[in-house]
Amino acid sequence: MSYEPRIVGFLCNWCSYTGADLAGTSRIQYPANVRVIRVLCSARVDPTFVVHALASGADGVLICGCHPGDCHYAEGNYKTMRRFPLLKRLLAAYGIEQERVRLEWVSASEGQRFADVVADMTERLRALGPCRVRSGLEADLVTR
Amino acid sequence: MGAGKLQVALYWGSACGGCDVAVLDTNEFILDVAAAADIRFWPIAVDGKYRDLEAMADGELDLTLFNGAVRNSENEHVAKLLRRKSKLLVAFGSCSHLGGIPGLANLTSRDAILATVYHGNASLEPGSSGLPQTVTPVNGAELELPTLYHRVYRLADIVAVDYFVPGCPPAPAQVQSVLTAVVKGELPARGSVVGAGERTVCDECKRTKSTKAIKRFFRPWEIIQDPERCLLEQGILCLGSATRSGCGVRCPGSNQGCRGCYGPAPGVTDQGAKFLSAVSSTIDSKDPREIETILGGLPDFISFAYRFGLPASRLQRRHGG
Repeated sequence: MSYEPRIVGFLCNWCSYTGADLAGTSRIQYPANVRVIRVLCSARVDPTFVVHALASGADGVLICGCHPGDCHYAEGNYKTMRRFPLLKRLLAAYGIEQERVRLEWVSASEGQRFADVVADMTERLRALGPCRVRSGLEADLVTR
Repeated sequence: MGAGKLQVALYWGSACGGCDVAVLDTNEFILDVAAAADIRFWPIAVDGKYRDLEAMADGELDLTLFNGAVRNSENEHVAKLLRRKSKLLVAFGSCSHLGGIPGLANLTSRDAILATVYHGNASLEPGSSGLPQTVTPVNGAELELPTLYHRVYRLADIVAVDYFVPGCPPAPAQVQSVLTAVVKGELPARGSVVGAGERTVCDECKRTKSTKAIKRFFRPWEIIQDPERCLLEQGILCLGSATRSGCGVRCPGSNQGCRGCYGPAPGVTDQGAKFLSAVSSTIDSKDPREIETILGGLPDFISFAYRFGLPASRLQRRHGG
């Protein structure tokens, strides 16, 4: 069976989820590889959610929020902006490639942009292959 | 426990010895222990061989305090042996609870560690190429060393653990309360973390907390601290917000950032990722490039965020074996 990347997409309720909705109502075609989870704000995406997604078998995580300056909660997306670089560094320490996590600003009117981001990320993950992170234990124990 | 004396063992796996010293730090209480218990096996303090342990009946020991991570085949062997021989097995201290400082080795591979120590070390003689072998033939006999594993394990990864006592090392008062609870038979549900709180270190910290807005991070020696204000507000890393309470806020109370040795706060699935969230939210900038520069002041963030609990993270680096 050919490899299909699994992307967990965290979309903020106010801009990006509406943007994804617009992509749907506008009948824009995009890969079905993203599983969307609606959150109230991109800042609600605790880094532990991303760790959980990757440890549970996601090949990539996409976080989408309102453009800077447009946050429904005024500053939530700035918190996301500050967390994200450190999150990437944390994942790199586990040997997880940078392309596996992605932060994009998608407004409610950017249905096409959402579709393009998902298509692009899917292709990059396809080239990268399955996420090789592991949450189980290695079998190097010696049983006596 | 029954009428006779308590049968007790203490053991260290991959550890520094600090946990054993913490038991001795109970001062005269250790004499009460000696009065109430027979110490059957404790490599750092009393003589005893593995064969003595092997000769015991299963369940003969009432209590074993196991400190240290499981790093090699010897650690694993003794952990399994002690599990069989003990009614209660307690993971004692950060290393057996969460992997501890040795657990940071999981950021790299066994081969890289061996290469650094035995081939790349500046103090080695030129041309040195030896590596320790599990079995070495000498004059017709075989000498054996434990096998170093690819990664560091928590005790609970290897055997069932009845209780967890966090801390690096556990505070003497904790040791005392755990031993007293065993003697009196007053223990909580199996699998519990004992001798610790149910909140975060931040909750119990007395420093004043207001707006966190920092432009750079400081190493503790780079700054004269305000002893009253939250350390994170001053740009000093402090893991208090992601760490289980119960230590008495020893480090922030001594003008040092919390190092996280009590492990994740209840409900936190990944201590490092949770801490990441707290730290990055304190940055006062809306400019991605400036944010990168400020974060650049955290050269080894990962080792700080997971200082005592990398093997407990849901993510693990994949390497050979």
